[in-house]
Amino acid sequence: MSAPVKAFGITAILIVVLLVFAPIVALLTRTGVEDIPAATWPAIRFTLLQATLSALISVTLAIPLAKALARRRFWGRSVMVSLLGAPFLLPSIVAVLGLLAIWGRSGIFSDGLAYFGLGPLDIYGLEGVLLAHVFFNLPLATRMLLQGWQAIPSEHFRLAAQLDLAPRARFVLLEMPVLRGAVPSALLVIFMLCMSSFAVALALGGGPKSSTIELAIYQALRFEFDLAGAAQLATVQLVIGLAAAALAFRFGTDTLFGGSLEQPYQNWDKRRWPRLMDASILLLVVLFIGLPLIAILLNGVTGLMAGFPAGLGLAWSISVGIALVSAALALALALSLAHMIEASSSGTRIELVVMLLLATSPFVIGTGLFILINPFASPFELALPITALVNAALSLPLMLRIIRPALGRVDRNYGSLASGLGMRGWSRFRLLTWPQIKPELGFATGLAAALSMGDLGVITLFAPPDIQTLPLMMYRQMGSYQMDAAAGSALILVASSFALFYLFDKGGRHA
Amino acid sequence: MLELDNVVIEQGDFRFNADLKISPKQSVAILGPSGGGKSTLLLALAGFISHTGQIRWQGQDISALSPSERPISMLFQENNLFPHLTISQNVGLGIRPDLKLTKADRSLVETALKRVGLENRGQDLPRTLSGGQRQRAALARALLRGKPLLLLDEPFAALGPALRREMLDLVEEIRAEQQATLLLVTHNPEDAQHIASECVFVDQNKANIPVATDDFFTNPPPEFESYVGS
Repeated sequence: MSAPVKAFGITAILIVVLLVFAPIVALLTRTGVEDIPAATWPAIRFTLLQATLSALISVTLAIPLAKALARRRFWGRSVMVSLLGAPFLLPSIVAVLGLLAIWGRSGIFSDGLAYFGLGPLDIYGLEGVLLAHVFFNLPLATRMLLQGWQAIPSEHFRLAAQLDLAPRARFVLLEMPVLRGAVPSALLVIFMLCMSSFAVALALGGGPKSSTIELAIYQALRFEFDLAGAAQLATVQLVIGLAAAALAFRFGTDTLFGGSLEQPYQNWDKRRWPRLMDASILLLVVLFIGLPLIAILLNGVTGLMAGFPAGLGLAWSISVGIALVSAALALALALSLAHMIEASSSGTRIELVVMLLLATSPFVIGTGLFILINPFASPFELALPITALVNAALSLPLMLRIIRPALGRVDRNYGSLASGLGMRGWSRFRLLTWPQIKPELGFATGLAAALSMGDLGVITLFAPPDIQTLPLMMYRQMGSYQMDAAAGSALILVASSFALFYLFDKGGRHA
Repeated sequence: MLELDNVVIEQGDFRFNADLKISPKQSVAILGPSGGGKSTLLLALAGFISHTGQIRWQGQDISALSPSERPISMLFQENNLFPHLTISQNVGLGIRPDLKLTKADRSLVETALKRVGLENRGQDLPRTLSGGQRQRAALARALLRGKPLLLLDEPFAALGPALRREMLDLVEEIRAEQQATLLLVTHNPEDAQHIASECVFVDQNKANIPVATDDFFTNPPPEFESYVGS
């Protein structure tokens, strides 16, 4: 391992280790592990309940959807596969606004029900949280399962068609093995994501019956300034996160990114019922995902025509600034770590520490940092740098999963050649690694920037009243029932997130 | 003199032995069936895989040297060029691995390209060149590096017979000009007869000692006969 790789790598590892373990230490010194006050049990119960149900519903619905996508060729199929990628980049608070426009009190379904003298729907509470989580994670689960389907050798399908296997036998022989591999890891990944999806709980949950642990942390820190209570809650969140991560590590197969979702398999089944079934499933999902997106667009345009919300420019600049800083930081960390992992014999251990960032939810990191900083400085004054740092930490595991395989590929294909020629250090990076993995770097940086742009998480813990990011501003507008302004901000926010992703991704593939 | 003194390469279940001497400034063909260890032998010589025993060049042990420190240039079967660098840049790497080329360096690159018949192609990217032209560019780079040992791992296997002979002639000319030693892994007995003065037969995880090419083909080892199927 060359000296710069070592220096950069060790610095990056130190930063990650600090981010993972400093909050844990800070929390443990603040709280006794023995007593969990009775008042927090409902929050723990609700968190586990909603995450479990969200995972079960998403994956259950994803099975027929993935199957339909895997075996049908139809016009717009590739558009639909892209549509399934959209919720991943959609800022949660924007999605909530879109869902409310469809399913909310004054959404189109409530209007329709009112026509029959029924309704209106009320989705605040468990229903709303589940709805939003399924909206986000049904597409994710579908993509994970679809990759499993894609891995079935085409000969097997040909054989099944030749032998005219009954649907049941076909399911047992072909599809069961795929599902057995993909379902547990999909369940666990979605469970973990829903455990720590703060913005959804903030906007749609709340009240004593449907408060999550993170929401309780937020209340303890923001309204009661109860550091010990927040630390206790964060420790509980951390323990559950670690347990889920341990399970995911045990059962997980790495199917999140990679593989191609492009080609459907040849389907020889010409019976009408399955075709009708598949068509209706696909249509329902297009509506389920598409309608909120259309609502965001239309309401946003209407909202912006009514006038630009005050303070939008400043909030936008702050958000873009945070997004760029955190994406750059995440990129630097991910590149250093990826080099270190490739070059080091203890690479998997380094990777494991990084993956721990997934288990330590942003809120846990944020709470820990809050407690660490509080004795020395006002955490509220450091709101923006801390948000950028935590956002970088969040994107890091994802970026590493994209960049490390690319780096491995370059080493496999050209490593011997470059070493033989004596290319090393900075010139090897500049002349070989950078040009070769630029597409992956652009893609990963774009993801990090877009996710950071749309994040409504730790900023809520730290932000003083006069400073806001765009998602926070949107949330505050929703809270004061300025729905036009919120819709306008939402459109600007989602457009900026997608633009950031697009620019980096495009920049990586061209230029 | 290139000496392999009790060289043993172990990779999992695979174990390969070589104990032989190759005299300098000539072309040696390495022949033998697939999976017998021909490429493994070259990779070990070039320092890409580890081995026990000693590899000596002109009496000096080079076993502990890194690939770029060894007196060796190696051409692989493919991927000899970086696809995102121009032909000139790819060749220029043979002079400066950081591509900080002086004007004199650049004219050396031009000369080398001319030598392999690629004048005016310097600004092109590798994908616009044919397979044979890409190997010519790689050869130009080896020429500039001027290492005394040239290892070729079936670099022309994908080319047609006429083109392959042409490339072999070019390699042999360059080798003679540079007073270098050439080790050429090939599947094709004709290649060996075309340029090699000695042949090393590699089979059953062992490299045999070199034999003069004429003797080798008039009186081939029985394993070689079963390999070519004559």
